[in-house]
Amino acid sequence: MTYITETETKLKKTKRETRKRMLSEFWFYFSENRGAVIGLWIFLALVLIAILAPLIAPHAPNEQYRDALLVPPVWEEGGDWRFLLGTDPVGRDMLSRLIYGAQFSLFIGVVVVTLAVSGGVSIGLIAGYYRGAVDTIIMRIMDVILAFPSLLLALVLVAILGPGLLNAMIAIAIVLQPHFVRLTRASVMNEINREYVISAKVAGASPFYLMTRTILPNCLGPVTVQATLSFSNAILDAAALGFLGMGAQPPTPEWGTMLAEAREFILRAWWVVTFPGLAILITVLAINLMGDGLRDALDPKLKRS
Amino acid sequence: MSNFIIKADNLTRHYEVGGGLFKKPGTVKALDGASFTLEVGKTLAVVGESGCGKSTLARVVTMMEKATSGNLEILGKKAEPGLVEMRKAIQIVFQNPFGSLNPRHKIGKILEEPLQLNTTMSESERRKLAKNKMELVGLRPEHYERYPHMFSGGQRQRIAIARALMLNPKILVLDEPVSALDLSIQAQVLNLLTDLQDELGLAYLFISHDLSVVRHIADDLMVMYLGKVVERGSAKNLFNKPKHPYTAALMSATPSANPDKKKQRIMLTGELPSPLNPPGGCAFNPRCQHVTDKCIKQSPILQGKKDHQTACFNPLG
Repeated sequence: MTYITETETKLKKTKRETRKRMLSEFWFYFSENRGAVIGLWIFLALVLIAILAPLIAPHAPNEQYRDALLVPPVWEEGGDWRFLLGTDPVGRDMLSRLIYGAQFSLFIGVVVVTLAVSGGVSIGLIAGYYRGAVDTIIMRIMDVILAFPSLLLALVLVAILGPGLLNAMIAIAIVLQPHFVRLTRASVMNEINREYVISAKVAGASPFYLMTRTILPNCLGPVTVQATLSFSNAILDAAALGFLGMGAQPPTPEWGTMLAEAREFILRAWWVVTFPGLAILITVLAINLMGDGLRDALDPKLKRS
Repeated sequence: MSNFIIKADNLTRHYEVGGGLFKKPGTVKALDGASFTLEVGKTLAVVGESGCGKSTLARVVTMMEKATSGNLEILGKKAEPGLVEMRKAIQIVFQNPFGSLNPRHKIGKILEEPLQLNTTMSESERRKLAKNKMELVGLRPEHYERYPHMFSGGQRQRIAIARALMLNPKILVLDEPVSALDLSIQAQVLNLLTDLQDELGLAYLFISHDLSVVRHIADDLMVMYLGKVVERGSAKNLFNKPKHPYTAALMSATPSANPDKKKQRIMLTGELPSPLNPPGGCAFNPRCQHVTDKCIKQSPILQGKKDHQTACFNPLG
């Protein structure tokens, strides 16, 4: 009895050790890419800001200070120390709105990527596994979706579903999803003829087991990379939809919506458009850099050992 | 004759290839009327050059693919892919040990997967059995927790054999099990296979193109050419007195370790014809030295004594 528990704990220990080793190996390759590491830190900072928004934001995002409309940032002439990055046309603090906006952007990214990945990967698995007519039908539908400019299609979908953040997210997920379908299908087709899949089949594995347990884990590398890149895409598209008035509705402090609201003041008050724009730029850039590093770290072909 | 563990009668497997919206697909007769039997505890070797239908035969026998026509009996019953008993009885080991193990799974998981899929054993029972089989093929217990990429080719092939043995099969289909390995490792794995056969009474369907390996392991031999069996019989008979010109050419191409032994190398001319468009008559006629008019017009059938049959109009010797 003691022997069994002993081996059991030993097993757990080795499991933890291999995981640790894999992680350290991953970090070794990831950290070789300077930009990726910087991207990761910025992304982590954003996550932290989003989580701690109620604590660190100096004002409530929707509180209007009627005495301080379009106040410039502190370092400009006429700046006010109450509003570090100035205020917008109705007297709301820019900094607080940007901080709360991080919540929305990350939320959009997470939801859209989750929807697109889960949908795209399962459809891609089915297409790649069954081939034939199923594959043809699925892939032609995906081709149709891909043939539209992504923002246009998202616009149409939002117009049908009705404007709003949730509908915008669904629309973006649908637009991004064909990329995952294609990627998964290609990897599945690559893996399905490998001997380990055939031997699982000979051992009597059901199609569902083959798809989810045998093939899928071996296809996840490229999907992970695409997911990070889609994360930034989702944020960007959501901002664009917000800017066009089809995404988050005012007074939501979403970055794209903030841009749209301030459009008419571009010439008079540069800060109302520059800061939300910069926020979008930095976030997207950080995530893209991170995705790049992730690809390098996960692609075994780029590994030198 | 219940001694036959596999009885194949006129097995064929045709593939439709090419063909688009407006093009008629061509038919490849990858396996064209193969008949053979495999006895309990014996090794039947299938030899032939690339594209002659060896691997298709393996796929059909392991029920991965349905035969287009013909009759396949395993353990005296008609082969049916859905039957768990039948699936358990026949397992396969592949040529490429680098592709045959799931890179994301640990050895333990790889070994236990067949049990997990086909039995209701508990986890500890499965682990015990897996360790048992690992010992049987000469792996150490600590290998249980490792991933496939940590092993050499020979070790991986041992793992693949252990996996095939997990369900206690009666038949192993070995699809060129040693051709991807170094020579010294080949010998180890072959010895392991012979030991396992003696110990467990397994029947092997051994697919290979390496005749020196086949000579070492086979009881019976079957030579294939373009999906057809051209010669069949006991390994001794075929190696000593090949009757089909193709078999003779194959045998003469095997290098010998004895430098004093004078031997005449039979050089085949021409390429293996495309299986999409095989020549009429005997498929071997464009490359045969003894070709006659009859060979071009008619297709020979296997005939002769039970332990040595050949499909040739002008057999040698």
